[in-house]
Amino acid sequence: MVSPILELTNINKSFGHVHANKNINLTINKGTIHGIIGENGAGKSTLMSIVFGLYQANSGTIKVNGKEINLRSPKDSIINGIGMVHQHFMLVENFTVLENIILGFEGELVFGKNLEKAKKDLKDLCDTYKLNIDLNSTISDLSVGFRQRVEILKSLYRGAEILILDEPTGVLTPQEVDELFKILRSLKEEGKTIVLITHKLIEIMDLTSEVSVMRQGEMVGHTKTENTNKEQLAEMMVGRSVLLRLDKSEVKAGEVSFKVKNLTVKDDLDVTRVKNVDLEIRSGEILGLAGVTGNGQTELLEALSGIRKVESGEIYLEGKKVSDSQNFLDPRELKDKGLAHVPEDRQRMGLVTDFKAYENLIFGYHDQQPFSKSSVLNHRDIISHSKKIMEEYDVRPQSPNLITSNFSGGNQQKIILSRELNENPKVLLVGQPTRGVDIGAIEFIHQRLIDMRDRGAAILLVSVELDEVLSLSDRIVVMFDGKIVGEKDNINVTDRELGLLMAGVV
Amino acid sequence: MAPVDKSKVPWWVSNLIVPLVNLTLALLVSGLFIFIAGENPYEAVRLIIYGSFGYIEGFAYTLYYTTNFVFTGLAFAVAFHCRLFNIGGEGQAYIGGLGVFLVAINFSFLPVPIVWLLSIAGAVVFGAAWAFIPAYLQATRGSHVVITTIMFNFIAASLMVFLLVDVIRDTAQMGPHTVALPKEQWFPSFKDFAGLFGVKIRYSPLNISFLLAILASVFVWFLVWKTRWGYEMRAVGHNTQAAIYAGISPYKNIIIAMCISGGLAGLLGVNEILGVHHKIVAGFPAGYGFTGIAVALMGRNHPIGIFPAAFLFGILYQGGSEVTFDMPNITRYMFVAVQGVIILFSGALENLFRPQIESFFVNRLNMKASA
Repeated sequence: MVSPILELTNINKSFGHVHANKNINLTINKGTIHGIIGENGAGKSTLMSIVFGLYQANSGTIKVNGKEINLRSPKDSIINGIGMVHQHFMLVENFTVLENIILGFEGELVFGKNLEKAKKDLKDLCDTYKLNIDLNSTISDLSVGFRQRVEILKSLYRGAEILILDEPTGVLTPQEVDELFKILRSLKEEGKTIVLITHKLIEIMDLTSEVSVMRQGEMVGHTKTENTNKEQLAEMMVGRSVLLRLDKSEVKAGEVSFKVKNLTVKDDLDVTRVKNVDLEIRSGEILGLAGVTGNGQTELLEALSGIRKVESGEIYLEGKKVSDSQNFLDPRELKDKGLAHVPEDRQRMGLVTDFKAYENLIFGYHDQQPFSKSSVLNHRDIISHSKKIMEEYDVRPQSPNLITSNFSGGNQQKIILSRELNENPKVLLVGQPTRGVDIGAIEFIHQRLIDMRDRGAAILLVSVELDEVLSLSDRIVVMFDGKIVGEKDNINVTDRELGLLMAGVV
Repeated sequence: MAPVDKSKVPWWVSNLIVPLVNLTLALLVSGLFIFIAGENPYEAVRLIIYGSFGYIEGFAYTLYYTTNFVFTGLAFAVAFHCRLFNIGGEGQAYIGGLGVFLVAINFSFLPVPIVWLLSIAGAVVFGAAWAFIPAYLQATRGSHVVITTIMFNFIAASLMVFLLVDVIRDTAQMGPHTVALPKEQWFPSFKDFAGLFGVKIRYSPLNISFLLAILASVFVWFLVWKTRWGYEMRAVGHNTQAAIYAGISPYKNIIIAMCISGGLAGLLGVNEILGVHHKIVAGFPAGYGFTGIAVALMGRNHPIGIFPAAFLFGILYQGGSEVTFDMPNITRYMFVAVQGVIILFSGALENLFRPQIESFFVNRLNMKASA
């Protein structure tokens, strides 16, 4: 049974300057569940998108059943028996299950014979794999777990022999996860091959027979799951790379200036994402919040900055309650009280990319003197202010009149940082400050954050980059599944310890 | 074709050359229509130009139409900066006209200039109020303004017919219109001005509302690009989530943008009631509200673009009616079709040749730079 069904040789893929996949070799055996594990941005999803034909590799070969194939689009992959279930489902909400599955494969103008045949085939598939789906229900009535099954069914119906699942459990409840795993096991028993992309060690140990680890675009190891353990995998995942410790003075933490008590927050789909979180940040201290993306950090940041409603719990700024479920200050009022926020997603939230740079440099402070006087914008002062801080923060090019989308990611980030740090906030919330930023700019941004801390600001740093959390923070908390699962002073903490906490192992 | 680096495209290419190319194409296609209808397209163009520029009354008509299009074009543009598709200009203008009339007739004891100012305010307030309801529904309930404003056009039309038939009709007459305002309240017309300089012309609907249109253009430019209000409206329009992050209320700005938009549309009532009819006649907005959408899109939602676009549509309206007089095969509806073609090319197909034109100029400029 150990014949390779999928072989990748020397796959390379770059996006601009980012080398997302470097010389990847991977062999997946038929009838196995193969795990691919790695931190965010390690290149797992990129690799699988290449296999599914969404991206084209810059070089390298892909063989299915020993035959070299050329994948130019998902259509080619489907023909070759490769199916993928994405993190975000690709379903038409107001169509039924049946309609979604035959979409693009209707095969007839007026539904009749083919539709009946499809119905029968699908029923058989459902029975074989115990999917338990009602073909006539509308997608919008189905829970997330069922929608995922529809995606699986869709791939099977289209003849998938290899099924790639990208972070399938991220959106599921524990019970749904159990159900999914049952289905995956029965698929395996029927001879299908499953590739499971995840960052959760526990799933790898539970489900897979072989595992490959990726780190920073490279494949760093392959092993049989039975020959390894969580600790070893975590170590491989995070890597033993020497940490770039910053020149950082001893912490001189003062009074508690930001406090969160028993905070619970729901997301837009009414799922509880932050569960009874307590935090305290002193002035002159950086609190690092580590965690894998999607464990509630986004919702936490949004609640703390006044964007998202608090379900229960309280938030205190300098000893005064600013938010609970009944009364809360909006982002502007919080700004006035000295809270600044660098959001995680700069293009979605931090900037209006169609605005000119100078318009973004005053964004959120545009109603303050001297930028605006009795509702009229003071163009001259705004431009001179923009020029000044663009120079100070080395934003390139230094042209306030340029449309923001024409700046590089790193420079867009500097626009936000310069705007927020320039106000000398008492409390600073920073999400992913260096995501997609080049190395030179990272150093600069880190130094600025340390400067802010030395000037007495209380900083909450949320980052999925462990190195970043470790090199900047004075204290570290780890968030997993909406809860704070660990807190450490940043002395002699190893990335391994944190990695285990982040993966929810301990 | 590789996408063009937008930052390298000179402003005059995207804002002048591309619209001109689109316009030329639209006119060529329109010429084809006229040819198929059995008339000479060159002759038609000559008639359009003669009709809209060739004699003083014709030119005055062109500017009168321009005035209306400026108001409705600006109205659409303001809402559009907040990404609201206000297609209710027609109804807002209608109700705005009601405001003008009610104020003028009820405050006739005041000095005339004050009545004028109050009437203009009445137009703005009534137009804004008519836009407020869809705005409120959009902001609080998410009811799409496209749907609600179009419904409000019908409601406005029905309401006005009801008022004109049953409530404020001039009972001495048979038609669905009100009594005329006292003569001293009428806006000075172009004819009066010409008379001052000893030029005698026949009737002309052009009046000092044209100056109001210029003022409104300056106001919109200032509002959108120079004030905090405009800044916040644009922020909400471009990226609502970012606006919330920055503490800008989408709710508030949707309502403000729609009300300003409705107020501007209401100004059409000033031109029509104080300047032309001197009373409310049924159906006076006559489609200007809808054409305003095309004007705004063609003018790229900027007053500097809207003014020439409005002028162009003024030429078409005035020149078009001239053509229909002289060419029996060309009906009024033919010019509706011509308008449609222009809207098609400058709106829906606006990006048809944009990449080619832009890359052509970018390549030329690069060659020049490297030479």
